[in-house]
Amino acid sequence: MRRAVPAVLALTSALLLAACGGAPAAGPSAERSLILATTTSTQDSGLLDVLLPEFSRGTGWQVKTLAVGSGQAIELGRRGEADVLLVHSPAAEEEFVAEGAAGSRRLVMHNDFVLVGPEADPAGIRGLDSVEAMRRIAAAQAVFVSRGDESGTNAREEQLWSAAGLTPTGSWYQSTGQGMGATLRVAAEKDGYTLTDRATYLAQRDSLSSTVLSEGDPALLNVYHVIEMTTRAGDRVQPDGAAAFADWIVSAPAQEMIGRFGREEFGQPLFTPDAGKDEASLGG
Amino acid sequence: MDVLLDGLGEAVRLLVTGDQDTWAITALTLRVSLTATAVALLLGLPLGLAVALGRFPGRRVLLAAANTGMGLPPVVVGLFVTVLLWRSGPLGGLGLLYTPTAMVVAQAGIATPVVVALVAVAVQQVDPEFRVQMQGLGASRLRSLLALLGEARLPLLAAAMAAFGAVVSEVGAAQMVGGNLAGETRVLTTAAVLATSRGQFALAIAFGLVLLVIAFAVNLVLTLVQQGRVDAR
Repeated sequence: MRRAVPAVLALTSALLLAACGGAPAAGPSAERSLILATTTSTQDSGLLDVLLPEFSRGTGWQVKTLAVGSGQAIELGRRGEADVLLVHSPAAEEEFVAEGAAGSRRLVMHNDFVLVGPEADPAGIRGLDSVEAMRRIAAAQAVFVSRGDESGTNAREEQLWSAAGLTPTGSWYQSTGQGMGATLRVAAEKDGYTLTDRATYLAQRDSLSSTVLSEGDPALLNVYHVIEMTTRAGDRVQPDGAAAFADWIVSAPAQEMIGRFGREEFGQPLFTPDAGKDEASLGG
Repeated sequence: MDVLLDGLGEAVRLLVTGDQDTWAITALTLRVSLTATAVALLLGLPLGLAVALGRFPGRRVLLAAANTGMGLPPVVVGLFVTVLLWRSGPLGGLGLLYTPTAMVVAQAGIATPVVVALVAVAVQQVDPEFRVQMQGLGASRLRSLLALLGEARLPLLAAAMAAFGAVVSEVGAAQMVGGNLAGETRVLTTAAVLATSRGQFALAIAFGLVLLVIAFAVNLVLTLVQQGRVDAR
């Protein structure tokens, strides 16, 4: 019986030993590592997995990526919790930059949003422009699954509803509060419609029953900007890290990687690199 | 159904081929959760003893709090720790957010109430006369306390298992304070969530199976220690 006491103590110390191996490793990563707040689409599509290792190799900066909706990413920037943002919610971004805590905002790339839904297309939106499609969905009370998370995609969806002169309510209009991948899944399972960025859709197309029904009109353009944060947002923001990331992602090598990304796997690039272009020149 | 079989195949493949990412994620999961369990035991054992045996005002309230804490939602703990560790928060200067250390802190916060509550029960179910007798036989206070712990060793090990089970399986706090950073704070649960949101279901299930395997391995060791003592009795 007495031997049991040492056994318990030995177990505790064994666990502690396991701990000692672990804890110190946490230290070094705090040096020269910057926080990137971005959208779920850049992570769920796999783009960041390709870009970030190259950035770290080239500059020595480690990147901590927080893949959240654009709304939350901007909020993290506003609080000084992130050093640099890669987001796609232009109206909210312009408002945010006007507040003064952000530094430069530069065009990075674009792709487009698409309206996807079940092959059977109960609301009959195939080939229609996006606003008319939204009207039909609402009129048919067909299931529409919204992100509902103030992401860039969610913001665009709300713009489309208001352009259609509608306020969607009712049991057909459902909100997941989750990222694009999860929301696509819910929409497919419920035979519903949803608005998605093309990159996330293409990356997951194989496991989805949904199909693209409305695409290509200028209202569906999806533009990504990089925004550097400054110490005006918080004392611990690292403007040098922000500048390093922003300068790198608009540089020629990074832009080329963006343009190539997805070509092999999906037969078409998921994003079009746009650094240095005039935003007004981007076609739908 | 296919996806389950694919997941099983994928899990075997990842483990057998020694996929580097999977092993790194698995190692980190074990490191973080075992460390958190150890911290919870270090804090929870004395606290649990004090609550069970002590005579001080507020003892029952403390015990009730620990019992409530057994159901503490990881997301709430995660949110609390995140706000503390924010750059703009009171402990922001430490730069700990999105590190394994932050995950250990949050998970220890989840597991400590479990340990306190279960240790208190474990010790209280030992005959109250036991300690009196030990001291009557000339044992020192410490000696009799250790003997008491020895007497309660089975439920104490169960407390350790419950604590480990609570932290290794949680995803809310790990996601929030760790940020699910590849190669840094990605553990099996958050990796499974990410794989799911990317539509990689076989991979997600594979991560889930790996999680089950390591949870089983840890509990097997603890159970052997526990039951070995039973047989020896």
